[in-house]
Amino acid sequence: MGKIRTADELDSLRQSIIEKLDPNKTCVRICMTGCRAYGAEEIRDAFDEEIKRKGLEDKVEIRETGCHGFCARAPVVVIDPQDIFYQQITADDVVDIVDKTLIEGDIVDRLVYVDPVTGGKIPFAHDVPFYKEQTKNVLRNCGIIDPTNISHYIARDGYAALSKVLTNMTPEQVIEAVERSGLRGRGGAGFPTGRKWRLARAAAGDTKYLVCNGDEGDPGAFMDRAVLEGDPHSVLEGMLIAAYAIGTKVGYVYVRAEYPIAVEHIKIAISQAEEVGLLGKNILGSKLSFEIRIKEGAGAFVCGEETALLMSIEGKRGMPRPRPPFPSESGLWGKPTNNNNVETYANITSIILNGADWYSRIGTETSKGTKIFALAGKTNNTGLVEVPIGIPVRKAIFDIGGGIPDGRKFKAVQMGGPSGGCVPEAHLDLPIDYGSLEAIGSIMGSGGMIVMDETTCAVDIARYFLSFTQSESCGKCTPCRFGSKVMLDTLTRITQGQGVEGDLELLESLAQQIKDTSLCQLGSTCPNPVLSTIKYFRDEYEAHIKEKRCPAAVCDALCSYYILPDKCQGCMICLRACPSEAIEGGKRMVHIINQGKCIKCGTCLSVCPARFSAVAKVSGEHVPTLEEPIPVSTVTKGG
Amino acid sequence: MAGKVESQELDLTKLDKILSRYEGQDDALISVLQGVQAEFGWVPQGAIEHIADAFQISPGEVYGVLTFYEQFYLTPRGRNTIRVCRGTACHVRGTNANLRTVERTLGIKEGGTTNDFKFSLETVACLGTCFLAPVMMVNRNYYGKLTPDKVETILKQYD
Repeated sequence: MGKIRTADELDSLRQSIIEKLDPNKTCVRICMTGCRAYGAEEIRDAFDEEIKRKGLEDKVEIRETGCHGFCARAPVVVIDPQDIFYQQITADDVVDIVDKTLIEGDIVDRLVYVDPVTGGKIPFAHDVPFYKEQTKNVLRNCGIIDPTNISHYIARDGYAALSKVLTNMTPEQVIEAVERSGLRGRGGAGFPTGRKWRLARAAAGDTKYLVCNGDEGDPGAFMDRAVLEGDPHSVLEGMLIAAYAIGTKVGYVYVRAEYPIAVEHIKIAISQAEEVGLLGKNILGSKLSFEIRIKEGAGAFVCGEETALLMSIEGKRGMPRPRPPFPSESGLWGKPTNNNNVETYANITSIILNGADWYSRIGTETSKGTKIFALAGKTNNTGLVEVPIGIPVRKAIFDIGGGIPDGRKFKAVQMGGPSGGCVPEAHLDLPIDYGSLEAIGSIMGSGGMIVMDETTCAVDIARYFLSFTQSESCGKCTPCRFGSKVMLDTLTRITQGQGVEGDLELLESLAQQIKDTSLCQLGSTCPNPVLSTIKYFRDEYEAHIKEKRCPAAVCDALCSYYILPDKCQGCMICLRACPSEAIEGGKRMVHIINQGKCIKCGTCLSVCPARFSAVAKVSGEHVPTLEEPIPVSTVTKGG
Repeated sequence: MAGKVESQELDLTKLDKILSRYEGQDDALISVLQGVQAEFGWVPQGAIEHIADAFQISPGEVYGVLTFYEQFYLTPRGRNTIRVCRGTACHVRGTNANLRTVERTLGIKEGGTTNDFKFSLETVACLGTCFLAPVMMVNRNYYGKLTPDKVETILKQYD
């Protein structure tokens, strides 16, 4: 591929790529990002080998794609043109897929998705409820194209938005379109993107910088990872359009070091774009010159905060500073800097190509467009979902997420990670948008949705988030440094059964002070999980404090493990596995846990075969146990 | 053991090669340290002073950056790195029991290295593989849907 010098050359290149594509050619799309953790590489190798063995190299394309979204069913492959969806496959299944599906056109029944509600088999991806209920805009290429091949991106209208902007729009018109679209920052704070661009454009000075925040630190959110891995050119194109609108020549992509595939793919995308002249000087023959540099994070959550991120890009300790001045006036090296999140940039091309009106028709009155959510925790269909903003929480968790596993009861969903709050059952019909979530003490955040069921302890989860923010506090301002520590210590005491009367009031008053006086968002939002769990689960806090009981049986200090005499089969599995030799008994003798020796590690619970389920973790309950081991045969079973 | 490694001659030519990749870039301190860490597995004391000279800043400033970011190590690391994820999804699915199992089995705490330099143990905020929860990584391999007994089996596979 040579240099693309003009918009017309880009168009004819696109035409020639599309003409060479055969829409009826068999293509096996394998997720090679998230699914890699489940052995996608072995599956790809098996396909390569089998295709070669059968001499099908010319007839079948094996395509390595980004995330398909349905991570709960990993590893997944989709076979075009029929759109056949196979899930949880292994390398051993490949021979069957090649023989039955690729050669004979039949479906391999055992690999097909089974609807957990109806029990019916769903062979095609477009019929699977998890996919059917989504509106893929930002994720439109994820799982479809090979992210390391720029031709794939160009074939799907890639860089057409850039071309339109450079030939038909003034920078002012671009900003106006983004403003009218109603797009708000997807990183968490939800600041209107168009207004941000306008401020940066209006700022004085010739040297300005553009930053893409890919420091996705919120534990439980992985949409930016998926976009960077699965469709990196869409981020570059969004940045190029921003560079044109604002008037910058240099951009930085800051990616977490914990995301090696994202780093690799964005690097490949940048070098490909440079090679064809879509990055560099006088792009598509216009006056726009733009280069992009990569900065890898080094492991600090606070660097997701924009002023800390800028410090880190400069190679310093990533500590926030007070705003104003905002980065749009004084950012990198004191120059005006525009900073948007990965997902925000990835929204831009669709706004330009389809128009601001099209975009603003999706979503609610105050929150426009689609948003990607990462469903995780106690939900059946963990994965990435993209939906119009404003759908009810219930729809996301139950219709798309497939509800709660093991027939357990929904308790709450944590939105916005350590900066957010939970949405309890009473608010399940709440629309997911910026305002509605804020009104009940939660936030949209970056889109992490951690589902919790009745076996999740509200106090423990608040303590968990505080332990996270406390350890990630940079230490610059006192309210965050000390305040989060005191809150964490208080919560730890409560979970250890040492809570005292007045602890809740202490937590609430401290939380308010920390919110009011912290330097940056890390500090000012860290009390949110505590406040929202106290608001909705006060009775659970009180059970810990007054009754020394953990209703969800999570907090170890308040729990004990017991072996149920009527279920124990005397199989010795737990007895052998127990690291502290706390289990007494023998072959075909009912086992007993010596509570004095038990270190509450949970090994016995995890190794006890599910068909026996003879180990119980309880809190504040009386469990009838034996004094000493007796033969299994002498116990009355089942009660 | 740590002292023995420390006393080995630091290969300055390797260090200078890394520095030369970023010559003239004032903002490259973190990138250089990442390069050093990738080359040596940790950041030796001697390297700190050498890098400070190259950037014309004080060793204190380099040290400040090193201790701020979790990625950097000031002591030698084990041959295998275990990363136990402490993300929210992993937490609600019971990652703590797994972490305790690793700690107990290896006799080290988070941040520690075994005496035989076989393992180093870290926890990370989130590996972004929440669908595998609870998850840990050993080197570049992911292990998902873990339970304490699986952890012990996995650790035995490494040398």
